[in-house]
Amino acid sequence: MTFINYASREINCKIVYYGPGLCGKTTNLQYIYDKTNPGAKGKLISLATETDRTLFFDFLPLELGTVRGFKTRFHLYTVPGQVFYDASRKLILKGVDGVIFVADSQVERMDANVEAIENLQINLKSQGYDLLSIPYVLQLNKRDLPNVESVEEMKRLLTKKNEPVIEAVASKGPGVFETLKAVAKLVLADLTKTG
Amino acid sequence: MAAPDIVMYEEEFNQIKQIISKLRIDANAKVVFLVDKNGQQIAAHGDIENLDTTSLASLTAGNVAATDGLARLIGEREFSILFHEGEKDNIHISIVAQRVILVVIFDEKSSLGLVRLRVKKASNELNDVFARIMAKVEREKTAAGAAFESPFAEITDEDIDSLFSE
Repeated sequence: MTFINYASREINCKIVYYGPGLCGKTTNLQYIYDKTNPGAKGKLISLATETDRTLFFDFLPLELGTVRGFKTRFHLYTVPGQVFYDASRKLILKGVDGVIFVADSQVERMDANVEAIENLQINLKSQGYDLLSIPYVLQLNKRDLPNVESVEEMKRLLTKKNEPVIEAVASKGPGVFETLKAVAKLVLADLTKTG
Repeated sequence: MAAPDIVMYEEEFNQIKQIISKLRIDANAKVVFLVDKNGQQIAAHGDIENLDTTSLASLTAGNVAATDGLARLIGEREFSILFHEGEKDNIHISIVAQRVILVVIFDEKSSLGLVRLRVKKASNELNDVFARIMAKVEREKTAAGAAFESPFAEITDEDIDSLFSE
């Protein structure tokens, strides 16, 4: 649900990072926050537990510049990945314009990835969305670790449509902005269709 | 699609600004602002120079969403008013027209009773404005028929690339 303000000429979009626990959603946001110039970003808010696990959400507002005279603002949110926070995850998907699924590439996390994508589909549906029709990007994170699953196998297990698939190492940066850019493109392209 | 996009037009935006600035004066409040349920700020009025209104908007929406969740768990449709009491400043949060959140920040110069009273009046006015906005969006969509022309219909790949050019 994009918010278009003709009076102040702004478009606001909501992007949600989804994925299993410890897959690197917050790390993605942290990297974007660290690498964006101060004028373009707001405060990074983390509602986390004492051990730095996301409790409710992380939030980062980004101002990207103007498109056709409209200021574009992206609000980036992460969800808590741990299974038992499902009620919170549902809430954060409300009004989402684009979803990034951050998959953990380690072999032993494949089951968690599959389970989290299924959970994403269910929770999107409960908010009236369909994964197959909303702007959606799959990020294969932690590609620098030794015990990673092959890209082909991950694609086979996790892709749901012809979504962009981007390899990333969120802690060091590769793929982070590419992922954001891919989803931003889809979201803005979606605006041209639905108005 | 779930709820339709919110579209804000100049005329209604000015009406909204007027209502919330009047509310701020009537309720003797420090800040009044309006957020949509997804955390996007719609309008703000008052001492907002030193206030991170974007974060405030997002957290307010999160707060309301969590409270909505709580309400449903105990069989309520929603809790339409939330009140947070601090040592000096207090926050009064209420839901208007089922889709926007009205936030009033006030200190000892005002009182909860006064704020509640004024918020009630302003809510009715805001309800009317949002009803007009929704009607307008509908009208424009039907008027244009299937060929509803989005102002963004001409966004190109280059436009989007240029956003990330840094």
